[in-house]
Amino acid sequence: MNESAKSPEIKTVKDFVTFIRRELKPKGKIFTPFNVITLPIILLGLALIAIRLVKGLGAVTNLSQEFPWGIWIGFDVMVGVAFAGGAYILTFVVYILRNEKYHGVVRATVLNGFLAYVFYAGAIFLDLGRWWNIVNPIFGNKFGVNSVLFLVSWHFLLYMISLFIEFSPAVAEWLGFKRIRKILASLTVGAVIFGIALSTLHQSGLGALLMMAKDKIHPLWYTEFIPVFFFVSSIFAGLSMVIFEGTISHKVFADQIDPEHQQSFDRILMGLGKGCAGALFVYFFMKILLLIHGKQWALLATPMGTWYLVELIGFVLLPCVLFLHGVRYQNLTVIRMGAIVSMLGIIINRLNYSVIAYKWYVPLSQRYIPSWMEITITLAIILTEVWVFRWIANRMPVFRASPAWVTEESTVKKTVTIRKEVPKWKVSAM
Amino acid sequence: MDINRRSFLKVLGGGMAGAALGSSLLPGRPRAAEIAAAKQFSGVLVDTTRCVGCRSCEEACAAAHHMAILDINDQSVFDRPRNTTVSQWTVVNRYQTEKGEVFVKKQCMHCNQPGCVSACLVKAMQKREEGPVTWDTNCMGCRYCMPSCPFEIPKFEYQSSVPKIQKCNLCWERLRHGEKPACVEACPEQALFFATRRELIEEANKRIYQKPGDYIHHIYGEHEVGGTGYLYLSKVPFEQIGFRTDLGTTPYPEFTKGFLYSVPLVLLLWPAFLMGVNTLTKREDEKKRGGERP
Repeated sequence: MNESAKSPEIKTVKDFVTFIRRELKPKGKIFTPFNVITLPIILLGLALIAIRLVKGLGAVTNLSQEFPWGIWIGFDVMVGVAFAGGAYILTFVVYILRNEKYHGVVRATVLNGFLAYVFYAGAIFLDLGRWWNIVNPIFGNKFGVNSVLFLVSWHFLLYMISLFIEFSPAVAEWLGFKRIRKILASLTVGAVIFGIALSTLHQSGLGALLMMAKDKIHPLWYTEFIPVFFFVSSIFAGLSMVIFEGTISHKVFADQIDPEHQQSFDRILMGLGKGCAGALFVYFFMKILLLIHGKQWALLATPMGTWYLVELIGFVLLPCVLFLHGVRYQNLTVIRMGAIVSMLGIIINRLNYSVIAYKWYVPLSQRYIPSWMEITITLAIILTEVWVFRWIANRMPVFRASPAWVTEESTVKKTVTIRKEVPKWKVSAM
Repeated sequence: MDINRRSFLKVLGGGMAGAALGSSLLPGRPRAAEIAAAKQFSGVLVDTTRCVGCRSCEEACAAAHHMAILDINDQSVFDRPRNTTVSQWTVVNRYQTEKGEVFVKKQCMHCNQPGCVSACLVKAMQKREEGPVTWDTNCMGCRYCMPSCPFEIPKFEYQSSVPKIQKCNLCWERLRHGEKPACVEACPEQALFFATRRELIEEANKRIYQKPGDYIHHIYGEHEVGGTGYLYLSKVPFEQIGFRTDLGTTPYPEFTKGFLYSVPLVLLLWPAFLMGVNTLTKREDEKKRGGERP
């Protein structure tokens, strides 16, 4: 750990180039089981992407005039962005509420969020029929300001920048740029505040996209509160993802994490579980309230009604109970199970809006079912994201401690406060 | 209140002068002359009681937009209702109803406030002042217009690497030169009637009044989704001839309005609130230092 915490001495451009070239080389074994399985999928995905670009969307997707949006929107973008919600919630908790307990997982979460936006929101690029026009909403003179998608596209772009600023001190630490790091770190709180406002709007905006599909979405799912539901569900979706990703990362990158942090991670998981339970309960309560208010009892007796209840009971109420149980009995396994069930619930929910409860009246034979090529490309995108995440985590201080010079600058003033704070943490951890 | 002629005129004169001054100073407020001269949306009235299913409109449409010409004598196409396609902007369908066979022409409805136009983030879809809803090549191909259309009219070229959205454009290129849409001109039965929307509604009402037994007393498109450019008359209830009657009268852009109105509010108030909380949670030693924690 100490060896990697040493920063390079970059004085000239030549130093920079040699450093980057050295870092680009793989660290560790190349032929691990993970690499051997995932690399072919990524390569196959790339080939399919080439076919899609040359021959058009019809060549690889099962999209139709009846179902214009498939899993690249309903899963890659809508689920991916919901899962990336952990970044705005944790930065809110750490930088706005200043709950230091979660500081240790902020960097990994922000990096995860940033990459999720780059890759999953980037999946829009593949889904755009006329992708070379992707810059039109940003540059040019034809702004469709009345469009929810206009808002969402701008927010994606701005939020990606915010997340990068939030993560950038880690890049500076990796390169050993001391003064630049100081400047970048001073931008963090501003980026956090901006990022939270953007996230509130585009998480809900993804739901608002569907408002004009009023006649096409099953009445049990269609409500004028779709944007609110999307926002609230992004809270537990994001936190569940932090639990899920953190659990895996702390095993995979265990050698980088000091034992002290490993121990505090269990307490972090407990806290996240508590947050998930709260958000899930609010979400469940709102759904029930709307069900009663809408007086749509008769619809519950239909096949779609059963499916609605499966989602509501099995993937909202059940994970809520699991989280509560896990927190009550301090059982991390149950909390991790809760995270997985609530993540599955988000996948089901977003796919309901975009594919399953969308035009529920169309018979199965004419419905959209994703082709194996769409699924392969989706898998390839996810795996590439994991590869990039791993590459960064192995080089920059994401899980490992920042280089010594970062802490040296502030320890003198910090020692006093830290000692003062210890009892306070213990109380909040209960 | 005691008002005599003199004070009444004074108030009136003052008011008018004020109004004239006010309206001349305020930019963007239309004056009476402008309103009268403003173009009214044009549209087409389809009288399904007159249509005989000859498909001349389909042929004329294909010819006018350089699409593959179809064999219009082929009767087998009526076996099941068809949708418009990327190479067929209008289709005629046959429906068996309680009052016998009815032929219905289908194409873009050219809504007064189209969902597809408000969905488009690059203004590739536009509602033209003549009335047509048209598509342009600055489109990104996001296909958001497709789920946003209550009539599911925009069609996307999935098989092309340079795909377009294809839909009826009410022959906008002809309208600008004072011509009628090709389908209207081709109709041998006067089932299609092209005029401004106001005239269409007048004409439709006139037909219903003159022959009340021949029509149900409803003009489809007068109020549906806030009013459409294409209007329909029928002798049977509209759900029997392939129309959705559950769409309501709210213009589709209204459904996203509430959300869009909240955007500036959230962007203004949320950061202010967050900054406030951030300041409140600052600890004493940090305030003295004036900086953030690393």
